[in-house]
Amino acid sequence: MSASKDVLTHPVAKNNPIALQILGVCSALAVTSNLNTALVMTLAVMFVTAFSNMFVSLIRNHMPSSIRIICQMIIIASLVIVVDQILKAYAYEVSKQLSVFVGLIITNCIVMGRAEAFAMQNPPGISFMDGLGNGMGYGLVLLFVGFIRELFGAGSLFGIEILPLINDGGWYQANGLLLLPPSAFFIIGMFIWIIRTWDPSQVEKPEFELASNSKKEAA
Amino acid sequence: MSANKDSIGKTITVATLLCVVCSVIVSAAAVLLKPMQVANKDLDRKSNILAAAGIVDSSKSVDELFAQITTKYVDLETGKFTTEVPAKYDAKKAAKDPQLGKALARDIDIASIKYQAKVMPVYLIESGSGIDKLILPVHGYGLWSTLYGFLAVEGDLNTVIGLGFYSHAETPGLGGEVDNPAWKALWPGKKVYPQGSVEPALGLVKGSVDPAKKGAEHQIDGLSGATLTSNGVSNLVKFWMGKNGYAPFLTNLKAGEV
Repeated sequence: MSASKDVLTHPVAKNNPIALQILGVCSALAVTSNLNTALVMTLAVMFVTAFSNMFVSLIRNHMPSSIRIICQMIIIASLVIVVDQILKAYAYEVSKQLSVFVGLIITNCIVMGRAEAFAMQNPPGISFMDGLGNGMGYGLVLLFVGFIRELFGAGSLFGIEILPLINDGGWYQANGLLLLPPSAFFIIGMFIWIIRTWDPSQVEKPEFELASNSKKEAA
Repeated sequence: MSANKDSIGKTITVATLLCVVCSVIVSAAAVLLKPMQVANKDLDRKSNILAAAGIVDSSKSVDELFAQITTKYVDLETGKFTTEVPAKYDAKKAAKDPQLGKALARDIDIASIKYQAKVMPVYLIESGSGIDKLILPVHGYGLWSTLYGFLAVEGDLNTVIGLGFYSHAETPGLGGEVDNPAWKALWPGKKVYPQGSVEPALGLVKGSVDPAKKGAEHQIDGLSGATLTSNGVSNLVKFWMGKNGYAPFLTNLKAGEV
């Protein structure tokens, strides 16, 4: 049991797909301007990573290695279409806001990465947990970024006003930059910094050491 | 088993089976959820018509509020009402139909829609003396997608009540800001046509509108970071309110000949 618990919790902090593996950043920039879309996106990605991992793992022993990537893509794409259809039927407003980004879960490197790296070698149960864990790790960053962007960019959380805006007669001047996608870069950068300060083992060794200044000796 | 899993036969079998299973799942989801999606879209369309006309009342259901709206059909060429429309008329489908629609020449197709239906639905709210509000469906190409929406005007057929889009796939946070209530609030009170003209002047400008400047009543703030979507919105307003759009109908309506 502890193995499956590790598989579930490791991707959240120790081996976070966004913070350590730097995967899936594109959609993290796009859907985090408010918490509503970030939360729905989190759930959608968790569903897709968990089930794609499970199904890939179920048929891993039958999958011919020459077409394994295509097989994984078919499974992932089918799941994403199902999620998209469900969202359109039950959460129409949010699905309108997420628009293309639900479909783009197909190209989210986390999903494919976990299917290829984990589910191809492990049994279905633990693969499911790994998918769920990675989806959670992705979602944690999404919600963290969404929290900061919506609170300081729009003065609200889940659409409920927290900081009254000057535009509406309050006192808070909203930071417009936070509503634009580039701000997520800064926030994700800070998130990675915080995680690596807390767990220095994640810091990569520099690929090149700076040489000392040779001019100095000549002078 | 794993020894022969790379054989050609096995490869084809696995590929076929997987495709069949996945396609069944996908089509089942699409078919089963279709009625709900259609209902959602219809409700969304109605609430967008109401929102464009500024009719908001949370105590009543959308269908109740929609009861005060009369749907009529307009032949764009003659600019007159027509009753010769097929049952369940869908202007979007009609546009590409050889009988019901027409292809637009490139020089007049400023909204980049390529095909246009000959007959369009319009939504009226009538009061005792005549038309109180008129809601016109409009669409045009933005950056990634065609934006479908409604433009509502007052009984003078010139003052804007509001503009709202119910379907588009513009970049969230940039072009997607066409849905932002703060931006939509800039539309009410603007004028479509300059005095005595039938050429629409309403459009978006780069940056903010200076209310002191001449012509400010025809200008809306552009969407920052979304020049192409902003151009698209300007073009679709110009196209649909121009002579290839509703202008003949509006002229007739003003003269009382419909």
